Amino acid sequence: MAKYMVLIYGDEQRWDAISPEEMAEIDAGHRAFAQQAGPAVLASGQLESSATATTLRRGDGDGDTPSVTDGPFLETKEVVGGFYVLDAPDLDAVVKLTGLLAETRHDHSGVEITPLVHHG
Amino acid sequence: MPEATADAEDGPAFRATRGAAHQAVVEAVARAHRDHWGAVLAATVRLVRDLDTAEECVQDAYAQALRTWPATAVPDHPEAWLKTVARNRARDLLRRESAWRRALPLLVEEDLTPDPQDADEPPFVPDDMLRLVFTCCHPALSRDARVALTLRLVCGLSTAEVARAFLVQESTMAARITRAKKKIATARIPYRVPDAADLPERLSAVCEVVLLVFTTGENAPVGPVLVRDDLVACALHLARTLHRLLPEATEPTGLLALLVLIDARRRTRVDAEGRPVLLADQDRSRWDRDRIAEGVELLDQALRAGPPTRYAVQAAVAAVHAEAPTFEATDWSEIVGLYDLLLRLWPTPVVELNRAVALGMRDGPQAGLDALESLATEPALATYRYLSATRADFLRRLTRWPEAATAYEEALLLSDNDAERGFLEGRLREARGHIAEQ
Repeated sequence: MAKYMVLIYGDEQRWDAISPEEMAEIDAGHRAFAQQAGPAVLASGQLESSATATTLRRGDGDGDTPSVTDGPFLETKEVVGGFYVLDAPDLDAVVKLTGLLAETRHDHSGVEITPLVHHG
Repeated sequence: MPEATADAEDGPAFRATRGAAHQAVVEAVARAHRDHWGAVLAATVRLVRDLDTAEECVQDAYAQALRTWPATAVPDHPEAWLKTVARNRARDLLRRESAWRRALPLLVEEDLTPDPQDADEPPFVPDDMLRLVFTCCHPALSRDARVALTLRLVCGLSTAEVARAFLVQESTMAARITRAKKKIATARIPYRVPDAADLPERLSAVCEVVLLVFTTGENAPVGPVLVRDDLVACALHLARTLHRLLPEATEPTGLLALLVLIDARRRTRVDAEGRPVLLADQDRSRWDRDRIAEGVELLDQALRAGPPTRYAVQAAVAAVHAEAPTFEATDWSEIVGLYDLLLRLWPTPVVELNRAVALGMRDGPQAGLDALESLATEPALATYRYLSATRADFLRRLTRWPEAATAYEEALLLSDNDAERGFLEGRLREARGHIAEQ
C-alpha cells in the first residue's frame, strides 16, 4: 500500500458562479468517492477561498522573522479547492476512485494525484 | 557491478563482433534478442519486481549466450534457455542484495496464488509479456515515455538506438527512460494486465504506441533514409505479440492487418537511390503477395469479430490498394467511402486530408483541391508537410505550375527527411521548367 495526495484544482471564479445543479453533481461525486473509498481516505478537506489564505516567506530583513502576506503562495487563476489523502494499493486504484469526482468531467477543474514519500 | 552497469548503458555486449568463427552464434543471439528480448525481460521482472535489475539480468543472459553457445551449440529453445539464465542471475542478485533491495520501491503486481514449493518464485505465464506492455504504455506516462519504454524494454533497442529513432541526444533519451521507470516504481503503476472493464481503453493506448513506432519507421521524419527497418520490425513484432496473446480483441487484429498490408509494399516504397516512390508509380509486381493475403485474412478476422475499429478501416483502405491491379484501376469510390467511415470513428484532420486525396483521384484534381480548402486553416495541419505536398500534387495535375511551385517550396520548408526532400526538389524543378517554357 502507498499514500497518495489527491488535489482538486479549479478556476475559482467559475467555481463561485457554479449552478445549483452542478453543485449537486459535484456533491454526489464526493459522496460516491467516500462510499467507494471507505477507510482508504486518511484525510480530506475543502479549502476556503484563496482570498482567505495567508502566505509566509523569507522576510526582507536579515533576521529570522518571515514576512507574512495576504493571499495564496501562487497568484494563479487555478487554485487548490480540496484534497484527499488516500491509502491505496496502486495508481490504478487511485485513478479509478478519482474518476468518480465530477471535477474530472468539467473544464473548470482538474484533479492531480501525487504519491507521498514513503518514510519507511 | 560496474561492468554490468556499463553493459546496460552501452547496449548488448553481443554487438561487438568477436571474429568470423562466432558469426553464426552472433547471428543466433541477435535473432534471439530481436524475437525474445521482451519475453525474457517480462519473465525476469516478475521475479525481481524492478525494471533496472531485470534488465541487467537479461543483458547478462545474452552476454552469457554469446560466451557459451559457441561451445555448446545454440539451444533448441533459446527463449527458455535465456529465461532460465536470466532468472538464475536474478535469484543470485536477490540473495546477495536483499538489504539494498529493501530500499527500492518494488513494482506492484496483483497477488499471485503462492506456490507451495517456492512462494518467492512466481511461475512464468504468457501474461507476463502483456503485463510488461501494459506497464510501458500506461496512460499516466507521457506519450514520448511510452514509446521510449516500449522500444527499450519490450523490443530491446538500446538507449542509443531509441534516441536515434527520435533524433534526441542519447543522454536526453536516457533521462527520459530513467524518469519513466522512476514514476512506474514510485507512483506504483501496477505491473498488471488491466481488468476487463479497463482493457479496451488501455489496449487502445498500446495500439497507438505500436502504430506510432511503425509510422516513425515507415516515414522517418528526419535523417538520411525514409524507411527504418528496425522500427518497422519492432512494431510488427509488437502487433503480432498482442494479436497472439489477445486473439479475441478486435483492435490488435485490425492493427496487425494494417501493418502487414502496408509492410507488403515496403520494397517498392523507395527507389534505388532511396527516394520515395509514389503509390501510383510503385512496381506492383514486387509487392509481397503472401503478406497481402495474410493481411486480408487478418482483416476479415477483425471484421468478423466485432464492429470495425479505426485500424480495421485503415487496413481495409490498405487492402483496396493492395488488391488493385493498377493505380488507375483502384476502386477510389470504395476508398472515399472507407475514409467517410473512418472520419466517424476517428475524426482527425489527417484522415480528412487522406479523404481529399482519394476524392481527387475519384473526381479529379479540382475536386481534391476543393476538399483541401477547408483544411488550409486547420491549425493541426499548419506545419504538416503532406498537406503542402498534396496541394502541390493537385496543382501539378491541373498544370497550374506557378502555384504548384510555391506549394512544393512550402512542402520543402517543412520536410527534414533527405529522401523526401529529394523527391520534392525533383517535382519543384519540373514545375519551374514548365514556368520557364510559358
